[in-house]
This record gives sequence, C-alpha cells and structure tokens, in this order.
Amino acid sequence: MTHKTASFVRNELIPESPPPVSETGAVKWMRENLFSSPLNIIMTIASLWAVYTLFNSVAPWFLNGVWSGNSVRDCYEILDGATGACFAVLKERWPQLIYGFKYPPSEFWRPNFAAVLLCVAIAPVLFSTVSKKLFLFTVVYPFLAFWLIWGGTILGPIVAFAGCAVAVLASRRLESYGFALAALCGFVCALVCWIFGGYLVDIGKDFLVLPSVPSRDMGGFMLNLILGTVCVSLSIPLGIMLALGRQSDMPIIKWICVCFIEFIRGVPLITLLFVANVVLAYFFPPDTNIDLILRVIIMITLFSAAYIAEVIRGGLAALPSGQFEAANSLGLNYAQAMRLIILPQALKVSIPGIVNVAVGLFKDTTLVSIISMFDLVGMIRGPILSSTAWNGVYWELFAFAALLFFVVCYGISQYSQWLERQLETDHR
Amino acid sequence: MTEQVHLEISDEIAIQIQNMNKWFGSFHVLRDIDLTVNRGERIVVCGPSGSGKSTLIRCINALEEHQKGQIIVDGIELTSDLKNIDKIRSEVGMCFQHFNLFPHLSILENCTLAPIWVRNTPKKEAEEVAMHFLEKVKIPEQADKYPGQLSGGQQQRVAIARSLCMKPRIMLFDEPTSALDPEMIKEVLDTMIELAEEGMTMICVTHEMGFARQVANRVIFMDQGQIVEQNAPEPFFNDPQNPRTQLFLSQILGH
Ligand SMILES: Nc1ncnc2c1ncn2[C@@H]1O[C@H](COP(=O)(O)OP(=O)(O)O)[C@@H](O)[C@H]1O
Ligand SMILES: [Mg+2]
Repeated sequence: MTHKTASFVRNELIPESPPPVSETGAVKWMRENLFSSPLNIIMTIASLWAVYTLFNSVAPWFLNGVWSGNSVRDCYEILDGATGACFAVLKERWPQLIYGFKYPPSEFWRPNFAAVLLCVAIAPVLFSTVSKKLFLFTVVYPFLAFWLIWGGTILGPIVAFAGCAVAVLASRRLESYGFALAALCGFVCALVCWIFGGYLVDIGKDFLVLPSVPSRDMGGFMLNLILGTVCVSLSIPLGIMLALGRQSDMPIIKWICVCFIEFIRGVPLITLLFVANVVLAYFFPPDTNIDLILRVIIMITLFSAAYIAEVIRGGLAALPSGQFEAANSLGLNYAQAMRLIILPQALKVSIPGIVNVAVGLFKDTTLVSIISMFDLVGMIRGPILSSTAWNGVYWELFAFAALLFFVVCYGISQYSQWLERQLETDHR
Repeated sequence: MTEQVHLEISDEIAIQIQNMNKWFGSFHVLRDIDLTVNRGERIVVCGPSGSGKSTLIRCINALEEHQKGQIIVDGIELTSDLKNIDKIRSEVGMCFQHFNLFPHLSILENCTLAPIWVRNTPKKEAEEVAMHFLEKVKIPEQADKYPGQLSGGQQQRVAIARSLCMKPRIMLFDEPTSALDPEMIKEVLDTMIELAEEGMTMICVTHEMGFARQVANRVIFMDQGQIVEQNAPEPFFNDPQNPRTQLFLSQILGH
C-alpha cells in the first residue's frame, strides 16, 4: 500500500466554539467528589457521621448556654441538670478577660480609643488605596497609643517622637556619605535629644496628664494585642535588616547577623522570656528599672525577627541577580535598589512565610502567662479559674480565648492571601 | 540587505580603556584590553561563549570591578569611588540578554523609576519622557501593562526605552536578541538601528552579523579574554586575518 500525502490548504479558520455541554452543578460535583468510588462513599458516610455526632454534643451545650449569673453555682441552678455551657463567666469577667484585673475601669475608654485609632493607623499600611497622607498618622500613632494606654504626661511620648524624628532627618542628610555613618549619627542625635528631653519631661510633669497605669497592671487580651502588634511591627524591619546584613559584603556585619540568627533559632522562646524576666535585669545598670513589658517585647521581637530574617533571605535568594544589576546600571544606589526593586519583590515572595511567623508570634504572646503576666490565658488560668465563683469553668473560658485568637489569626491569614492576589503582577 | 548606516564620528573620546585586566579569583578573564571608543561610534563585539564579552562591557559601567589598568568613561575615571560609579552609571545605559525589567512595576513605572529617583525629575515630566521613548520603540499602548504580559521582543524594547529615559550618552547591549524567538529579533534590531542612526555611541555584544554589517563601524573579535582582531565590518567579514577569527566566522556564518 502506498501512502499518499494529500495536499491540503485551509481557506477558512475554524471559529472558536464553547466546550461541550455536559452535566454541571451540584449533582455532578457530588458524584465526582463524594461518591466516585466505594472507598470514597465509605469515607463520605463516616465523615458525615463524625460531623453529626460532634454537632449533636456541642449544639445543646452551646444553645443551652447560660448567660446570666454570678457564679458557677448559679449556672448549675438554672441548668438544673441539663447540659449547657456557663457563659455567664464571660459576661461577669468580661473586663478582666479584656483588660486584665488591675486596669482602672474608669480608664477603659483609653485602650478602646487606642484600638480604634490602630485601625486608622494600619489602614494605609495594609491597603494601598487608602490616602498616603494617612501615613503621617501611622508614624505618630505608636507614641499616641503609648500615651493613651500607659498615661502620664504627653511630653514623654512627644520627646520620644522628637528623638526619632531627629534621628531620621539626620541620617537622611548623611545618607550619601554611607549607610553605617548615617545610622550612627542618627542614633547619636536621637540620644542627645532624649537626654535633653528627659529634663524637659521632669519639668513639665503636669502637662496634659492622663492618670498613669503601670505596666504590671496591663493584662487580658489587651496585653496580647499590645505585644502582638508591637512585636510584629518591630520584628519585620529588624528581620529585613538581619536578612540584608547576612548578605553583606562586610564580614563583621555578616557574622554578627549569622551568629544572632543561629543563636536565637536554637533557643526556645520560653527560655528567652525567663531571661527577660529574671536575667536581663543584671545586664542593665542596677538603678535602671527596665519595664517588664518592654523586656518581653524586646525578647519576642528578637525571637521572631530571626525567623523573619530567614524567611526574607529565602525571598532574596529567589530573585534573579539581574534585578540588582538592572537597578545598578540605571544608577540607583544600594539603598534605592533595595527599597524600590529588591525588597518589594523579595517581600512579596516572603508574605506567606512572614504571615506564618506573625501568626505564630501572636499566639506565642500567651506564653507570657508563664512568667506571671496576666494576659488572656494568664487571666483565665490565674485569677478567674482559681476564684471560688468560677472554679472549673474551663471549656467556656478557653473556647472563648481560642475564639478571640482565631478571629485575629484568621483575619491576618485572609488578609495575606488577598494581598498576594493583589500583588500578582508577574503573570508567570 | 538594507543600506549601511553612515554617520560622522567625532574626535571626542567617549570611552578609553587602557591595559585593563580582570580576574575572577585566580581566573584571568580579561587580559590587557586596550580600546578607545569615539563619540558616535557603533561597535559590535563578538566571540565564542566564555570569551569575556559580557565581562568587558560590564566593566564599562562598573557592574564588575577591574583590577588593573584604566577605564575612562566620559572623562571620568572608574575607580572604587562610589560617586564616580553612580555618575557613570547614569550616563551609560545598558540592556541585558534577559531584559531584567522590574516585574512588580508597570511598563511606565519601569521607565520613570530611575529618572525620578536618580535625576530627581518631577513625576509628570518623567512620565512624558517615558511615553516619548515608549512611542519611539513603538509600544506606547502597553504603558500600563506589566512586563509579564508582554512578549520577549516587546520586553526588550521596553528595556531599551527604560535605559533611554535616563538620556544616556552611551548604550551598552549584552546579547539583546539571543533570548528571543526569531520572529521578534527584527523588531529589537530595528529599534537599535534607529538608535544608531541618531548617532548614539553604542557597544553591542551580538552574533547578529547582518546587524553588524549594517550598523557597526567597527567589529571586535574576542577570544580567551583578549581582543584578537578588530576592523571595519567589510574587511572583518570578508577578509579576517587571525585564524581564530576565521574559524569563528566560518562556524557562525557557515550554516
Ligand atoms: N561572577 C563570575 N565569577 C566567576 N567567573 C565568572 C563570573 N562571570 C563570568 N565568569 C567567567 O568568566 C568567563 C567570561 O564570561 P563572560 O564575560 O560572561 O563571557 P561571554 O559573555 O563572552 O560569554 C567565563 O569563563 C565565565 O565562566
Ligand atoms: Mg555573555
């Protein structure tokens, strides 16, 4: 048989057509995903059964929940033998769960107000559509929030802010003479500013005073939120610096960063917190009384910064070297190339990792309950559960704690996924 | 073939390289390079892979540091002084084999970034300049897209426009067409030819010999880190002197 090659010329292109109409919708989905094989059918039925039993035991407990009463005995009375949760504890101890047991109730508006302002302050950081002018408020916010939550004269935060502002201005001026020099000069300027500002604060003790609340009176979920927000926002920049330092050409900087990162990663956070609680005091001059919250913030920040640095290092390594070369060949200097070209891309790649660390960090703030700080978990384990009124109401309290943390962490996770989609510009 | 580009070449020296040597560790990549480029010259550099072509042109804008000898660009000697390096880099444009556009920025932002941050051009003015050059490379309608949405040829033209936005006096090209599909090579070469016709000083590493014949006023052949032969395109292609040049040309023109 001879094979004959027929010559063929197409004169018209075949027009586009829709895919073949097949069954669509819920029935098809169920058949494909739930009942596609005998094993699958068994698994589906087993899962349905598990969901049903779980629901069956939790639903009455939840729905029968008692919301009023002043002790666990009141709950038992009202329930009268039926299963049901004793949510009354949440209602009665609400202020303690949220603010801790020593924060003066007359001042609750202050942390509340700070929380509302926090939403305003992080809006421009989280959403690029928000007016850039709001960044000014973001810069001022930490000092304002400190004043609101801790109280005292407003001069303190103002001096602190002035010191930072002076440092930034000074280092901007000197940026062209080299990065290290600029940073050093900025630091010195800030120090000078703070020392002189200190005298000013001593003089103006009574200027715009809010009743001051000492750190040991902070507690509840507020404490978790304070630690979480402060530590996350400090550890990201610190982590970036560590990651860049680790890639530095200067051996000293490189080795400092490597040693720091490796050391921190090799030590459990709880150890660092004990160090913060007990040991750190020995390193400071005897008469300086460094605030416990500050010490804890330093430790948690250092801890998560090391992890974030490693995440970002991964992001930096994923960038082709051509990006840096292109930036250089256009005349951008190191700082500009980093800020405009390298970091935006490296950070974008690192978002899942950074969020992972941030969520972990936020949950780890509950560890401070072990060094006798009364955060949400500390409050529950300590004052509330050990009180005679609410002895034994574990489930309700810890479920509530879990819920609060879940809401925040799930929110962070959803935001990060949204952000990733938002930044999806490379169409790879 | 299209007509050859003929242009006046001035006596002014744009780049002067004297006795330049470079090592990667102990590997002697560039050996005793001497090269003087006058303003308006269009030089094509060719040679086998690994012969140091990329390294040579990367030394000219200090992406690589040379260890011995002198490189003077636009009257400024390249030393390790960062001020000089930044100055030279903003006078010398460079296009890479893999375009190296910034994927997180739109085409327009790619073009305006350097003028805004390095030259302190107001944003609006920078955008006008960018649009002007994007029109010149014939893709103004893509200004708001991202690099990932463009074809290779379009990306390389954007890369050229991005360099031009800095108003460089010298352009360096490192195999600008070798990562492109054949059908896109022409559009990039056309852009480069246009640039040459306007009198831009260019050093171009390429194996597009048609382009070399049409545009170059001098072709340089490198092998093992040395300049082995240099000549005007006609004699270079028709009558190569060095046996290594002959071998190389027979290999790339042979089929
Ligand atoms: N960063 C580097 N470190 C070490 N060796 C390098 C580096 N870059 C290039 N080389 C080597 O230098 C030689 C010349 O490279 P290159 O200039 O890229 O050649 P060409 O562009 O002519 O192909 C090659 O042998 C290459 O392996
Ligand atoms: Mg090369």
